[in-house]
Amino acid sequence: MTKIKLNINNKDTVLEADPQMPLLWAIRDLAGLKGTKYGCGVAQCGACVVHLNGEAVRSCVTKVSRAEGKKVVTIEGLSEDNNHPVQKAWQDLDVPQCGYCHSGQIMSAVVLLREKPDPTDQDIDDAMAGNVCRCGTYLRVRKAIHLASELQKTASNG
Amino acid sequence: MKFLKFRRTPLISQRNATLLSVLIFCGAVALSAFRTTDHLVTIHFKTENKDSIESVKAFMDVYTVLMSPRCMNCHPAGDVPLQGDDSHLHAMGPKRGADGKGVYAMKCMNCHQPTNTPGLHTPPGNPNWHLPPADMKMVFQGKTPHELAKQLVDKSKNGNKDTKQLLEHAHDSLVLAGWDPGEGRTLPPMSHKDFVKAWNTWIKKGAYAPAPTTN
Ligand code: FES
Ligand code: FES
Repeated sequence: MTKIKLNINNKDTVLEADPQMPLLWAIRDLAGLKGTKYGCGVAQCGACVVHLNGEAVRSCVTKVSRAEGKKVVTIEGLSEDNNHPVQKAWQDLDVPQCGYCHSGQIMSAVVLLREKPDPTDQDIDDAMAGNVCRCGTYLRVRKAIHLASELQKTASNG
Repeated sequence: MKFLKFRRTPLISQRNATLLSVLIFCGAVALSAFRTTDHLVTIHFKTENKDSIESVKAFMDVYTVLMSPRCMNCHPAGDVPLQGDDSHLHAMGPKRGADGKGVYAMKCMNCHQPTNTPGLHTPPGNPNWHLPPADMKMVFQGKTPHELAKQLVDKSKNGNKDTKQLLEHAHDSLVLAGWDPGEGRTLPPMSHKDFVKAWNTWIKKGAYAPAPTTN
């Protein structure tokens, strides 16, 4: 066990953990944040995506030691009131079916919209192809990303 | 002789070779002024050892390694890396991106960690996992030995590497990762030591390209 210092959702945090522990375990079991989901455990589904210094890493294969001294943002830390443009678009269009994949979907979409505020369908495919949804909500995900892009523009103009 | 059929295409020009010999000679004279053999770096690259047959023979060994999945999978003809011993397109279709490090939420290092992830079907790792960048794709997939040899020594296509950098490149950490590929993946067809030997022989004997018809 080692003391690992990191910042989770804007809070400096010290976790006692085996440095080899997956970041997903640390987030869910040690920090108690259960919004991030476990799907495959081998970087193939995207359910576990969180931001590590702004990048959409898969926390099931990322060791907690890689997050030492870095900023981790989970679905719980994306906004104060679930009012991030991507969250709002997801609500407006009722995107989730069972919902299991959607914290990962949203965290990936946020990185896309940061780097490409006005994405084409092709950009969306390129960014989201690693987020698998067993309920098949892909078309709503695409629609919601376009809506979030509009909401983001309105927010930054208003 | 099996290799006599190869056309001898010297890839380092005679003029450069002469210049290099002069430089090596001057370097040797300068070094001999304070010779403490411990720190002496010897350049074994002597142009008088040029031998097209040996060079081409060594390249054919190099070629079997570069075309193995461990090397070729990250030197694809398209913009999606390859995966597995059958070199199929990488699941999820991650794209190269301008810098070779992926795009948006699909950057290589989001899944490929600094070290191999334990277990079957998990991402292999390296601190600098990436494809060649979009403006220097260094494609291996589909190249004949002739084409690949020419590309490897063409500075406009090899990442601007000169002979010395090419020799060093055999020890690059991402090249070495081919011999530590993670569970369930086959190794290249020879040891890294034998690869380096073939690589060095190919270059030091003149970096000749096999004839265009060689497969
Ligand atoms: S649980 Fe991490 S990618 Fe599936
Ligand atoms: S909504 Fe059920 S898995 Fe995506």
